[in-house]
Amino acid sequence: MSIDRETVLHIAKLARIALTDDEIELFRSQLSDILGHFDVLDGIDTDGIEPTAQILPLENVFAPDVSRPSLPQAEVLKLAPLTDDGYLRVRAVLE
Amino acid sequence: MPELTSLTAHAAAALLRAREVSSRELTEAALERIGAVDGRVHAFLTVTAENALAQADAADQRRAAGEDGELLGVPVALKDVLITDGVRTTCGSKMLEHFVAPYRGTVVGKLFDAGAVMVGKTNMDEFAMGSSTENSAYGATHNPWDLQRVPGGSSGGSAAAVAAGEAVYALGSDTGGSIRQPAALCGVVGMKPTYGRVSRFGLVAFASSLDQIGPFTRDVRDTALVLNAICGHDACDATSAPVAVPDFTAQLEAGVRGLRIGVPKEYLPPDLDAGVRGCVDDALAALEAQGAHIERDVPLPSTGAALAVYYIIAPSEASANLARYDGVKYGFAYQEGAGMWDNMEKTRGMGFGAEVKRRIMLGTYALSSGYYDAYYLKAQKVRTVIRREFDAAFAQYDALVAPVTPTPAFKIGEKADDPYAMYLNDVFTLPVNIAGLPGISVPCGFVAAGASELPVGLQIIGKPFDEGTVLRVARAYEQTADWSSRTPPL
Amino acid sequence: MTSTSATKYETVIGLEVHVQLQTRRKMFCGCSADYADAVPNTHVCPVCMALPGVLPVINEKAVESTVMTALALNCSIPAYSKFDRKNYPYPDLLKGYQISQYDLPLSERGWLEVEVEEQPPRRIGITRVHLEEDTARLTHKTDEAGESYSLLDLNRSGVPLMEIVGEPDLRSPEEARAYLVKLRQILRYIGVSKANMEEGNFRCDANISLRPRGATAYGARVEVKNMNSFRAVENALRFEAERQTRALDAGASITQETRGWVEGEGTVSQRSKEGADDYRYFPEPDLPPVTLTAAQVEAIRAPLPELPDARRRRFEQEFGLPAYEANLLTESRARAEYFERVIAAGAGSGDASRRKRARAAANWMIGDFARLLHASGLEIDDARISPADLCAMIALVEDGAISGTSAKAVFEEMFQSGRAPAAVVRELGLEQISGSDEIAAIVDRVLAANEKPVAEYRAGKQEALKFLVGQAMRESRGRLNAAALTETLTAKLREKA
Repeated sequence: MSIDRETVLHIAKLARIALTDDEIELFRSQLSDILGHFDVLDGIDTDGIEPTAQILPLENVFAPDVSRPSLPQAEVLKLAPLTDDGYLRVRAVLE
Repeated sequence: MPELTSLTAHAAAALLRAREVSSRELTEAALERIGAVDGRVHAFLTVTAENALAQADAADQRRAAGEDGELLGVPVALKDVLITDGVRTTCGSKMLEHFVAPYRGTVVGKLFDAGAVMVGKTNMDEFAMGSSTENSAYGATHNPWDLQRVPGGSSGGSAAAVAAGEAVYALGSDTGGSIRQPAALCGVVGMKPTYGRVSRFGLVAFASSLDQIGPFTRDVRDTALVLNAICGHDACDATSAPVAVPDFTAQLEAGVRGLRIGVPKEYLPPDLDAGVRGCVDDALAALEAQGAHIERDVPLPSTGAALAVYYIIAPSEASANLARYDGVKYGFAYQEGAGMWDNMEKTRGMGFGAEVKRRIMLGTYALSSGYYDAYYLKAQKVRTVIRREFDAAFAQYDALVAPVTPTPAFKIGEKADDPYAMYLNDVFTLPVNIAGLPGISVPCGFVAAGASELPVGLQIIGKPFDEGTVLRVARAYEQTADWSSRTPPL
Repeated sequence: MTSTSATKYETVIGLEVHVQLQTRRKMFCGCSADYADAVPNTHVCPVCMALPGVLPVINEKAVESTVMTALALNCSIPAYSKFDRKNYPYPDLLKGYQISQYDLPLSERGWLEVEVEEQPPRRIGITRVHLEEDTARLTHKTDEAGESYSLLDLNRSGVPLMEIVGEPDLRSPEEARAYLVKLRQILRYIGVSKANMEEGNFRCDANISLRPRGATAYGARVEVKNMNSFRAVENALRFEAERQTRALDAGASITQETRGWVEGEGTVSQRSKEGADDYRYFPEPDLPPVTLTAAQVEAIRAPLPELPDARRRRFEQEFGLPAYEANLLTESRARAEYFERVIAAGAGSGDASRRKRARAAANWMIGDFARLLHASGLEIDDARISPADLCAMIALVEDGAISGTSAKAVFEEMFQSGRAPAAVVRELGLEQISGSDEIAAIVDRVLAANEKPVAEYRAGKQEALKFLVGQAMRESRGRLNAAALTETLTAKLREKA
């Protein structure tokens, strides 16, 4: 399994990670290598086998509809890199 | 008076109970030890001396008021993936360098309620991704037995701290071996409980369906005591199991006579390190001598596919779990970009280290359109196959015994450029996470490497929620040897 | 739209509606979901802020509300359902993924009956109703230096959001609007949401395409967003249908794209989002699946109220009300229940008189009552006049204790004061005059004072009678029994002739 530079760029865009040129080439080669080792899965017969998403057979785990106090506004804003009059602030989303 | 920094928790508790030592004295001893050795070991990212002494004094007061408890006033180190209110939680990442959470995780809360004294937060591979603690944004931790070597990972700081006498016990997290592997490499006891045994609320997520918190201790009894304190259902974690928590010390001394112990064939491959093989063989002989029925060549045929399953499922879940680090609401934020998206992408490009980015990329790829069925879905199905193979084995055996790692500790930098070679460290531990089983690493000898003596770990794997049997076998073996009396040459 | 085009193409519309559920807590954390008038960033906790280490727990009420909605929309409820992560980084999506439902939603395959004036009702398919979480609110700003930026309020982050996906079964903008009106009515009836489009707790995106009449394949589809009222939906769809018609008539093809509705301008092409859309759905590992037994589904169905369509039909049959009136009375659950309480308060009377009372009650409720409520900005639940008192007042009219004219004054006073009708009648001195001597005396006075109309009547001009009745009513301040008055008046006019 080998992936090309375009694929690396596409994946990086989906994951929203800026990569340097060196990283693009490094990840292209390393990911190709790692994916190559995944061929071993083809050797396992999984016909009629259900996928396992969670290991415990739990179901219907709910919280009752009761509200609890939230954080003070200051605690929320204190964590944020940029704030503005009670809001978190980011650069324009619409470009 | 024994050396205060090499006490087990139960020994420390006995001294505290007898008023032969105070929590403040134990804590000061741990802090002094940190001051003396951590410059070389680098087990800690944050040392919380002031908080620790305040907690120690509070514990002494509780004891003075007549309260008792196995962990009351005993120093502990916490992996920096566990959320502590008021003390920063970095996850070994530049992304969270200054992040101080406004809430307390469930397990940390349980420990603090039990009177634990936190001496600091320990080093780790960034976001728990790694097997050597070299992936920390704050520099590698060094193995106390040989400072040129890795302590294992990702909970390398916690393992090294306990091995080096910097804390009586520690907590780590184990997604594919991140407790058991460093415990083996550092010569301490490390256990991953059954998935769902311990609340994950307050454990920074790496791979949600695999992560589990567990202890590092100096002996098996301590492991049982810490499990008693941290296990239990939590309404804040929907995947935490609503099952009763037994007293894990109850069966501890029951011995192994009559127990059926299987040795999976695939865990003793021909290319296994000879020193590791020798230690494991000796341990099996010791268990047999104690009256256990040992059955070799137990088949777990899909073991060879487990690594692929793990390195698809864990990065896939991680790619979503780590999407929240975007520089918008907390943590590192690059602000000089051309716009919002540029800022977000550079925040993540610069805030994450290479291994984290590699795994996010890998997981994003495995989930992406056109590849989901071939990778993610296939891995989930093989996960079912692996779990069924364990189920079949456990229909016949009370426990499985195997090595923890293919080799003892390797040199720092040795595998840094070859991610796949690094991933191979976890071949014997990650199937246990895939199947959600409890597993322990208990010291089973040393192998010589140059001038160093390097510890080797024995892995004992149990049925779901049967930590009791795992601990019982581990304790029975531990008594046949005296590995824990050795201390690293620091 | 030209009439030739109108018959040449068929409009195909499917609606996706997002509804905020009215719960106490948010979808996955304990923060209050009622953030409507809250200071920004005050309904926020580690969970809905997506701090490291937090975990979601499903709000049970949100699941019940979704299933209840699905049942009201005739959906089937699968035994097994799960949540998934929908991955798309965006500043208003705190975790970088939305917990939603992908391949195994809480419900699927339902329908909603929709009626457009003068056409038979049609069943519109519901693909699915599933449960997810709302995003935070982003507001776009520009500072004095011309730099644009966005402000983020996390209060909305994690509020339970139900998505109702409709089949492309709608055939006109009017029908789309009727679908939304009906959907909102049902949501309010069952009490799962305020369902107010202007407040943002009921949101609609539309897919619209045209195809040659008679064709079975769908045409290229345009998604229309940013519609903030029912009228906007109708206008946007009409605009878009006309735009597509013109394009097709001109031989152009329709581009599959997303367009935003701009009031006063039309639909405007929105630049496609940067980066590809690949949501990489996978099962949410933090949340165990939801399984519902038939008994559990029935337990959720049990408290469902009678829905508007069924209630309307029953009102028509049971009370003999015309469709128009039954429709108005069942518009809201509160109004329908008020009406039924009025009827119930007069229990014991026979079927015919019950129907008669129902007609009277309907007249009052649709007429004066609705007008007074509207004028005072009140909802029917806020009205001071009780159903029992309205019933009693109707009985006073039926029994001839007050005249129909007086009743209007009595009702208005009851509406303002909330007092019982008998007391109001006494206080206003509006007891009906039905004694024949009293009526005769009033008629005599009126005849004496209006010689000209009397003469005209006798000369055969029937309209003069109406004038004389009016004069007598004025003389008695409306207290005369209309039938008795007319009888006396005509008798006396004849007698003196």
